[in-house]
Amino acid sequence: MFEIKKHRVLASGISLYQVYAPRVAKSALPGQFVIVRTHEEGERIPLTVADYNAEKGTVTIVIQAVGKATHRIVDLKEGDSFLDFAGPLGHPTELIDEKIEDLKDLKILFVGGGVGAAPIYPQVKWLADKGIKADMILGARSEEQLIIVDELKEVTNNLHLCTNDGSVGRQGFVTDVMKDLREKNEFNYDLIIVIGPMIMMKSVSELTAEYGIKTIASLNTLMVDGTGMCGACRVSIGGKTKFACVDGPEFNAHEVNFDEAMRRQLMFKSEEGQALIKLQKEKEGHKCSCKG
Amino acid sequence: MSKIDRFTAIPVRNQDADVRNKNFEEVCLGYNIEEATAEASRCLECKKPSCVAGCPVSINIPGFIGQIKQGNLEKAGEILFDGSTLPAICGRVCPQESQCEGVCVLNKKGDSVSIGKLERFVADYVNENKTLKVVKKPANGHKVAIVGSGPAGLSCAGELAKAGYDVTIFEALHKAGGVLEYGIPEFRLPKERVVKKEIDNIRNLGVKIETDVIIGRTVTVAKLLTEEGFKAVYLASGAGLPKFMGIPGENYNGVFSANEVLTRSNLMKAFRDEYDTPVFVGKKVVVVGGGNVAMDAARTALRFGAEVHIVYRRSIEELPARVEEVHHAQEEGIIFDVLCNPTEIVGTVSGWVKGVKCLRMELGEPDASGRRSPIPVPGSEFIIEADSVIMSLGTNPNPIINKSTEGLKLNKWECIDACEETGKTSLDGVFAGGDAVTGAATVILAMGAGKKSAVAIDKYISEKYN
Ligand SMILES: Cc1cc2nc3c(=O)[nH]c(=O)nc-3n(C[C@H](O)[C@H](O)[C@H](O)COP(=O)(O)OP(=O)(O)OC[C@H]3O[C@@H](n4cnc5c(N)ncnc54)[C@H](O)[C@@H]3O)c2cc1C
Ligand SMILES: Cc1cc2nc3c(=O)[nH]c(=O)nc-3n(C[C@H](O)[C@H](O)[C@H](O)COP(=O)(O)OP(=O)(O)OC[C@H]3O[C@@H](n4cnc5c(N)ncnc54)[C@H](O)[C@@H]3O)c2cc1C
Ligand code: SF4
Ligand code: SF4
Ligand code: FES
Repeated sequence: MFEIKKHRVLASGISLYQVYAPRVAKSALPGQFVIVRTHEEGERIPLTVADYNAEKGTVTIVIQAVGKATHRIVDLKEGDSFLDFAGPLGHPTELIDEKIEDLKDLKILFVGGGVGAAPIYPQVKWLADKGIKADMILGARSEEQLIIVDELKEVTNNLHLCTNDGSVGRQGFVTDVMKDLREKNEFNYDLIIVIGPMIMMKSVSELTAEYGIKTIASLNTLMVDGTGMCGACRVSIGGKTKFACVDGPEFNAHEVNFDEAMRRQLMFKSEEGQALIKLQKEKEGHKCSCKG
Repeated sequence: MSKIDRFTAIPVRNQDADVRNKNFEEVCLGYNIEEATAEASRCLECKKPSCVAGCPVSINIPGFIGQIKQGNLEKAGEILFDGSTLPAICGRVCPQESQCEGVCVLNKKGDSVSIGKLERFVADYVNENKTLKVVKKPANGHKVAIVGSGPAGLSCAGELAKAGYDVTIFEALHKAGGVLEYGIPEFRLPKERVVKKEIDNIRNLGVKIETDVIIGRTVTVAKLLTEEGFKAVYLASGAGLPKFMGIPGENYNGVFSANEVLTRSNLMKAFRDEYDTPVFVGKKVVVVGGGNVAMDAARTALRFGAEVHIVYRRSIEELPARVEEVHHAQEEGIIFDVLCNPTEIVGTVSGWVKGVKCLRMELGEPDASGRRSPIPVPGSEFIIEADSVIMSLGTNPNPIINKSTEGLKLNKWECIDACEETGKTSLDGVFAGGDAVTGAATVILAMGAGKKSAVAIDKYISEKYN
């Protein structure tokens, strides 16, 4: 059992948890993820490491409620526990393999959408700890959905905010901010790291391909085991099949087949999928108890 | 019971095919005490038993069968568990026809003794009545780490615990058992009633099992040896990385690996209503492959209500799966489309599987392995309609350990390079065995490897530290 030491509601339906998982805390690096379960009958849910503290033995995760399992998680409170908390999984961000001197010469931009702010935080913080301050663009539907802004301000150089409804920052998408900066000749980056909803990563990637700037995206595919054993997480990278859990989750965005990735993400959700699952249930002859 | 004929095996009761193909209960019901005693009485208790030579862990077969004859099940259990740590499992899943039973002397004139079924009977008796006594040497204070809780890891852990070691198994998943838990279906190997009980026997020896720990990520092998004070590490991480064919359309929605379907069904219990796990097989599913894993995936999909076709490129005689499994699959209504090779998965505009494009094959001259190799028939292309496809083409070693352990030598198949007799690897204090070394093999071979390495680890630690 992995106890929740701290719980904070960041926005409606988005919660931050500090979880006591000393083994994971000791090994976690920016860019990696964990797989959690709340109870025996629950699904295995992949979540990016949003922060870690080896001394305290805690790992921070930020969760947005989207379906059954994640709704169940955001109901948890301080003192409750996760049944399972396995990780860290996946490769850390490739930044940590670079020489610090080389990184100092790079102009890095992070682009985050929605809860994507959370997985970006440890990366920006890691750089800030090395004396490198990156820029960041953070977008959300409205002010209420913009999370951990204060924490991000502390570790970034410029933090540009945007919202769909214009309640704070520029009104529009992250790509609009990118275009603005480009027009002002302020878009002189060497590396872009984008984390957020698949569709937003796709748009950013298309834009930066046009600009010819190297871009890395973190793919939140469906997953089961997270150890390379099932292939549920497979994605096409440069025309080759890769497993996001062991080969990623970060990939060269310009090589990612986003359309396929988006389609696969909805496998158990699309109408076709749902209809077939329902049919299958009827054939099995029991009333559907709405699985997931 | 009618008079026993020495050369005819007592038939074992199975669930009716038409009933079992709709449930996940165990197919084979096993012997009752009368049947077991009658079957045991056929054994000649040979002085030089050929059956024992056919068993990779050399169970004293005539010994335990002799005790069944005398109605002494506890004693039979002692003899059995002395040779194997997981007999209720092996009695169910060992390919006995090519091992112990394959070389039983009775084979020459009739049916071999049903050793597996008797083994299962005795082990179930012991597990249900808790007659197993824990016999172990006094603690010696040395810690050993085992990576992976499949049969190789479990048997190595059990043997070392008996020898007095302080053993911890680290398992990446949330449940112990390896393939026994996530791969082999409930209807062949019940989890609560069989697997859990045999794992509990190993826990009762004092073995600790830490789940949710991915060695190579959560902690490295090097840190286990230095920071955590383990004197030796046994790598039993299995071969679970699924292969795909590399044909067009393989990433359409509705194409799964057998491992994904089986993991969702077994580990994540998709077949139970109270579990949240979604699983998807559709109305008509094509399973590609002809091994045991393909049979398991097909029979699982069938139980979820699909019409199931197994597509295999050679003929039915060449199916690599166990004969018993193929028979069971046929009885249950699985359709075999043999001499047929997929070349492409076709999909709908929205990217869902619509069918599998195949070529008919014919058998040519025997190849180096002696098997007749399939050759495509020109112009024979056709499409099997389907709304899901399950790829069951075999597996490669689990990648995390192999990629994260510096200095660990691998062979050309990406398996861990280890000595066959001892499991010694290129790293001092690190041993390996089971599927991680051999590639996908069998439960009993993995167990045998674990047992041999336990002896080698004991020797290594005694020589180095005493
Ligand atoms: C490597 C990785 C890191 C992730 N990090 C985070 C994180 O830090 N915070 C966070 O809130 N979420 C994160 N996710 C997404 C999270 O795992 C999913 O939201 C969750 O699994 C959905 O479970 P559910 O049962 O609540 O929803 P479901 O009922 O399964 O699905 C609800 C909706 O979410 C979509 N969905 C399902 N799975 C995913 C997925 N893996 N990614 C995106 N959408 C999905 C479905 O298509 C559907 O529209 C991450 C995913 C991966 C693979
Ligand atoms: C569907 C299916 C059906 C089969 N049917 C039969 C049968 O009927 N009869 C038979 O004899 N054989 C059968 N086999 C083969 C048999 O199950 C395997 O040969 C055997 O389980 C191998 O044992 P193992 O201990 O080497 O590995 P596994 O059973 O694969 O166990 C390895 C364990 O290590 C864990 N692991 C991997 N990497 C790490 C890591 N980095 N850190 C921590 N843990 C890790 C895995 O999660 C897994 O639990 C079948 C296999 C499958 C897939
Ligand atoms: S362990 Fe397997 S091979 Fe050995 S006696 Fe039992 S069934 Fe036969
Ligand atoms: S070879 Fe057959 S008859 Fe002889 S001891 Fe073994 S099981 Fe019995
Ligand atoms: S999640 Fe199963 S292989 Fe990646």
